[in-house]
Amino acid sequence: MNKQLMYGTHAIGEAAIQAGCTCYFGYPITPQNELPEYMSRRLTEVPGGVFIQAESELASINMVLGASVAGARAMTSSSSPGISLKQEGISFLAGMELPAVIVNIVRGGPGLGNIAPAQSDYFQATRGGGHGDYRIVVLAPASVQELADMTFAAFDLADEYRVPVMVMGDGMLGQLMEPVVMPVRKKKKLPEKDYILTGAKRRPARLVKSLILDTKAMEDHNWKLMRKYRRIEQNETRWESFLLDDAEMVVIAYGTAARIARGAINRLRREDESIRVGLIRPITLWPFPTDVLKKASQKIKDFFVFEMSAGQMVEDVRLALDGSGTIHFYGRPGGVVPTPAELARSIARHYYQSQRKQKK
Amino acid sequence: MKKVFSRPKSLRKVSMHYCPGCGHSIIHRLIAELLDELKLRDKTICVPPAGCAVLAYYYLDIDMVEAPHGRATAVATGIKRVHPKNLVFSYQGDGDLAAIGTSEALHAANRGEQITVIFVNNAVYGMTGGQMAPTTLAGQKTTTSPFGRDPKIEGPPIRVCELLATLHNTSYLERVAVNSPAHIKKTKNALRKAFEHQKKNTGFSLVEILSPCPTNWRMDPLQSCKWIDEVMVKEFPLGVLKEVKC
Repeated sequence: MNKQLMYGTHAIGEAAIQAGCTCYFGYPITPQNELPEYMSRRLTEVPGGVFIQAESELASINMVLGASVAGARAMTSSSSPGISLKQEGISFLAGMELPAVIVNIVRGGPGLGNIAPAQSDYFQATRGGGHGDYRIVVLAPASVQELADMTFAAFDLADEYRVPVMVMGDGMLGQLMEPVVMPVRKKKKLPEKDYILTGAKRRPARLVKSLILDTKAMEDHNWKLMRKYRRIEQNETRWESFLLDDAEMVVIAYGTAARIARGAINRLRREDESIRVGLIRPITLWPFPTDVLKKASQKIKDFFVFEMSAGQMVEDVRLALDGSGTIHFYGRPGGVVPTPAELARSIARHYYQSQRKQKK
Repeated sequence: MKKVFSRPKSLRKVSMHYCPGCGHSIIHRLIAELLDELKLRDKTICVPPAGCAVLAYYYLDIDMVEAPHGRATAVATGIKRVHPKNLVFSYQGDGDLAAIGTSEALHAANRGEQITVIFVNNAVYGMTGGQMAPTTLAGQKTTTSPFGRDPKIEGPPIRVCELLATLHNTSYLERVAVNSPAHIKKTKNALRKAFEHQKKNTGFSLVEILSPCPTNWRMDPLQSCKWIDEVMVKEFPLGVLKEVKC
């Protein structure tokens, strides 16, 4: 397909359709309204396309549940306060092992917060978010192209493992216009959907549920889910690195923050040739690239975490390093998007201080 | 000898967990009989509720998916939109439909989703132990209205059928009861009509069934059946509230 200039939210919508998504259910909330608007038009052109502007986030995530159990590729999208409301449904999807794609265009919080880009839903996304022992796959794109690619990939991941998958962007990515090449669907071998409900014709009746009253059976189900999550950790952990080879300090940032971090690192290296800073960018926030950080810590001792939050991913970095490095942190919560120059100043300060300490 | 009465094929050969005198088992059987008679068993998808009847999936031998409490009509909406030719119905209690799931039910009805809701009204939260429901009668004692429901403070009971009858896209709304053989027959007819309406895509259909809950009403089964006739029906009059041409 040709390269085209697209809004982030529209790229998500078009990629979903290219991935075979036929059902979209959502409720308006800023800053992601252009996505349901796009889907309301676009899904009329898709055979069997269903678009419902639901009465609430609760209704929309449960419509996703219904469409998913009926066998369709279904999605919903929202922004932070709306995602909180969807957590009930996400927990049920996880318990019932139903695929679904959820897009969160994160805004500042807590509460109503604001409508500016933020990364303060990291805890909620990576810890499951709702009640019970479960995880969801969380993808963190950093460009409009990646919004398209990861939304596209999310549907396969969801079907492959029968899990809800979240694409987590922010208000900036959603509103950004960039050139995109739409992914094209190829034949991929995915597990047969032998659980979907179509009416029990020439087969025994099927039952999809999350209620397991027997404690032993519930425990078994929990361990089964955990085994699946371990498989996802082994197979689907994604990250990328930038200028890591000679790095003495590594910045860890994801999504929009990783973009800013690249700018800051380029700037620093340009200004002072002796400064050796690299970047590790988690692409999957869950599963978190723990092993990559562990490995990096054999060589590098300074880790600089940058988040557009008051500090959430920094806890995963701490867990991954398990004491084997110094963690520096720069956080900008509340919807503030710092410039690369601002970030560079903070990195430089920590870098030089750390170098001085080492010399002593 | 000719066999005149047997277990419907759509009803599994298991004993039910329901309390003596409970209406759910009767309603389950009526559904199973109808699915057999209308030959719809292999086209049906049911969304049971959170509540006593959640275990309906052990009794009805059809495709089933559990919904979070109150969300059955939203789940049913998703299913029906993907499979417009299937019979999709939700089975919900009064707390499920008229309290936590009011929004979902009202809007599914307003959109005219081609689904059927089987709404079992027993005026209490059964599974959780008999708390006050949105349909609890004025003065009725429950575990959370120990002095009787006071309409001035707790509001009067909600009449779901009357409420939904004001919406343009509802097609068939009837209130029935399962407290006597005559009423049970009428209930079966109402369910049949609702399924037929769905088959013809006339809009959203709902059958409200007044159903005894002796355990939580602190009555014996016979008293419960009598109480429906003498008290409940006065607040929830039986009959067809709305029917569009089918």
